[in-house]
Order: sequence, then C-alpha cells, then structure tokens
Amino acid sequence: MTYKQRIDGRGFDETRPIEAKVGVIKRADGSAMFKIGNTLAYAAVYGPRNLHPKFLQDPQKGILRCNYNMMPFSSSGERVRPGGSRRSKEISLVTEKALLPVLNLEEYPNSVVDVFIELPQTEAGSRCAGICAASMALADAGLEMKDLVCAVSVGKVADKLLVDLDYSEESYADGPVADIPIAIMPNSDKITLLQMDGEVKKEELMKLLEMSKKVLVDIYEIQKKALKEKYQGVEE
Amino acid sequence: MMHRELRTHIISLLNADTRLDGRKFNEYRKPIEVEHGIIKTAEGSAKVKIGDTEVMVGIKLDVGEPYPDTPNEGTIIVGAELLPLSNPEFELGPPGIQAIEIARVVDRGIRESKAIDFKKLCIEPGEKVWMVIIDVCTLNDAGNLLDASSLAALAALKDTKYPKFDGEKVDYKEKTDKKLHLEKMPIAVTVIKIGDKFIVDPDTEEEKVIDARLTVSSIEDGTLCALQKGGDFPLTSHDIDKMLDIGIEKAKELRKHL
Repeated sequence: MTYKQRIDGRGFDETRPIEAKVGVIKRADGSAMFKIGNTLAYAAVYGPRNLHPKFLQDPQKGILRCNYNMMPFSSSGERVRPGGSRRSKEISLVTEKALLPVLNLEEYPNSVVDVFIELPQTEAGSRCAGICAASMALADAGLEMKDLVCAVSVGKVADKLLVDLDYSEESYADGPVADIPIAIMPNSDKITLLQMDGEVKKEELMKLLEMSKKVLVDIYEIQKKALKEKYQGVEE
Repeated sequence: MMHRELRTHIISLLNADTRLDGRKFNEYRKPIEVEHGIIKTAEGSAKVKIGDTEVMVGIKLDVGEPYPDTPNEGTIIVGAELLPLSNPEFELGPPGIQAIEIARVVDRGIRESKAIDFKKLCIEPGEKVWMVIIDVCTLNDAGNLLDASSLAALAALKDTKYPKFDGEKVDYKEKTDKKLHLEKMPIAVTVIKIGDKFIVDPDTEEEKVIDARLTVSSIEDGTLCALQKGGDFPLTSHDIDKMLDIGIEKAKELRKHL
C-alpha cells in the first residue's frame, strides 16, 4: 500500500496554487479573498461595533465572533442546504479560537468584532482557507494585531506524509488517511488550530508539524504581499 | 421619518436634474460586469457587478419527483441569501422578508416568462424530473440587489450544463455538454419614485428615501412577465405608465451584458 504520486503531479511538500487579495468587499471594514487550488474563501470583518443583545457584552474587552458558511452551490456534490450545520458551527468555533490569540480587544469593551467567512467553491482545506482570509481581513480592518494567522492542512495518505490534501486524497480508499488542519502565528511560532481525524503515529505527527511550518512561511509571505498590494500607490 | 435630511437633500438634487453621484435619472452605475462560469462546483454560475454592488448566483441541478398535478414538468427553486458579509445591517439567520421578496421576484420573472421550458426538464413522466435550484448570494450590497440578482440568475442559467445522470444517481463530477436551454431572457428593472421623480438603480442612500418602487420584468420583445410594487406610497396609473416604459427600455440595455 503505497501512494506513489499525487493526482495533480505536486510534490508531497507542495501546496496547490495560491491566490490572495485584500479589500474585496467594499462595505466591510476589512475583507480578503484566499484561494488554494479550487477552494475559495471570502472573509469580511465588521467592527468593533456595538454588541446586542446586551447580556453578551463583556465590560472588560471586546469579543470576537466568527461565522463559517458554505454557499449552497459550493460543494462538489449535492447542494448544501443554507442555514448552517453542526459541521459549520464547529468550524466557526475553532476559527474563532484560531484567530483570537493575535487580537487585542481590551480597548473595545462591550463591543464585538464580527468575522464572516463565505465559501463560494470548496474542494478540501476550506477551514484553513477561511482562516487565512479572515486573518488578512482583520489586518485590513486596521485592528491591532500581534501577528497574522496562517493555516494549512497536512496529513498522511497511505504511507506518505504530505501537505494540503485535496479532495481525492481526503477520500483516498486504498489506505489509511489522516487529515490535520493547522494554524500558526508565524512570528511567535505558536499553534492556534490543531485538529485531526484519521490515524497517525505521534512521530509522524511531529514530522507533519515541521512540514507544515515550511509551507506556512510561504503562505505568510503571500498574505503579507496581498496586504501590501492594497496600499500600493497610496501616498502617505 | 428617519432620513428626513437625506431625503430633502436627494430631492433638491433631483429637482436640479442630478443625483448624489451625478448620474442621470435613467442611468445605471458603471461598470456593469457579468462573469460566467466562475464556480466549478456549480452546474452554472455567474457574478454580476453593478457599480459596487456585487452578487453571485450558482445553479445546482438535482433529480426529484414532479408535482402530482404537473407530472411532465420539472421545476425551478430560487433562494436568496443576504449574507451578513455583504452589508453591516444583514444578520445571520433564516432569510428575512427582503431576501424572500428578492427570491420570489427572481423566481416569477423566470417562471412566468417561460424562460425555461419545464417540460424539457422531464426525464420520466410522473417519476423523475430535473429541478433547477438557483441560489443568489450577495457579496457587496451597495444598493439595487433586486436587479443585480435577476441579471445574475439569468447569466448563471445561461452558463448551466446538465451533470451526468445514469437513471439512478446524479454524478456531479461529470458534466455533460448538454446546456440548459433558455427560451427567453427575462430581465428585471426596478424603477424608483422619489417625490415626483423616477430613477433607476438606486444606491444605498437613495434606497433609504424611496416613496415607491416598481420592479418590471420583461422579455426581448417588451412583453411583461412579472411585476412587483414596493414602498410605502401609492402610485397612479400615470406613474405606472411611465415606470413601465423606463423598465422595458432599460431591460434592453441590461440584456446586452449577458
């Protein structure tokens, strides 16, 4: 049981092609697009703004609210029913936890920062694409941040360790599969999202963490470049 | 009234023959852009921009049972999601009345114009028919979502190809070359009345102060296929006469973008 070559010819340590753009939603306070392979994520940030109902307010600091949503036509199979599922609620939760450590919301008591992540087209790796887009959108909104957040999935398909699984790899039938979405704060080298399903040995997981760092550095550069591009040509 | 100052300002501009952004009364924002086939996971898709307003529509095709009273006909289902990403005032949750109205007006334009021949959606009478599911998602609401949604829905339908169906299951991984045939091109144009003036393509500010609106859906030869009056104020038959003329005329212009 060996996985010899990836269907799209990529190296095992290579991601699918990535595109990123900042400022894609004009009405939002901050916004970004992140595309990896056929997975496309938009993120829009609104806030800090007043939080209602009042009992949700924290008088000590602002709160972060994230919502991950797949558009009805975004899945390669049947239509996705609008309105959210248990899966999308869980992804919203872990996205929130992945982003929160880079924010400083103490200056915004009783307020909320809303992050809306929309997926028009997905083909594996959508929560990571959403986190990458959201982190850029937060920066675009001008919020004080300690770092960006960069995310990618790594994993194991049959006997191979690899990065950025695509749909065919996630559903590989001829061997065990492990899918591990990871998000990091690149400058402080800390992990803010870690999930996994499948089977993998501890040593392999540690190896995968190292593999993820190498590609996340590239993703970080792509995010920074997109942020700078928005303000190119703007006079100081 | 909540926006009294804004309304006074907009009316004084209209009286001077202009608008907040300097447009003519019957002028749409620029650019109007229609992109087809942008979403690989959909059987058809389009993104439409009218000025800063941006709407995406994806089409999914599914096989289902026909309604008992129309055993030889497939059907369309239209949904609209006013995504909270697209406007700070939109909230999460089930579709509100604005979303439902947009979906229903888009539905009626397509259904009543017979843009899609429902009989051609029949696979096996009484048993299996194609259902065309049209989902509108707003990306940026800078006004006039209705016209943008209607244009995007038609553009997406024009781009739609049937997936493979083996008699049992739909294989979404394989698209066929068979296109969904459009018999007509219904286009919705919303004409706005503010004071005694009529304008098209309102921006966010203008939308706040309208007296009445009439969404006019028409096909190539000017035949009307759906209407929807909105707004708190009534219209005279003279108003409607004028608004229909504007609606039919502007639809011809919008149709060129498809």
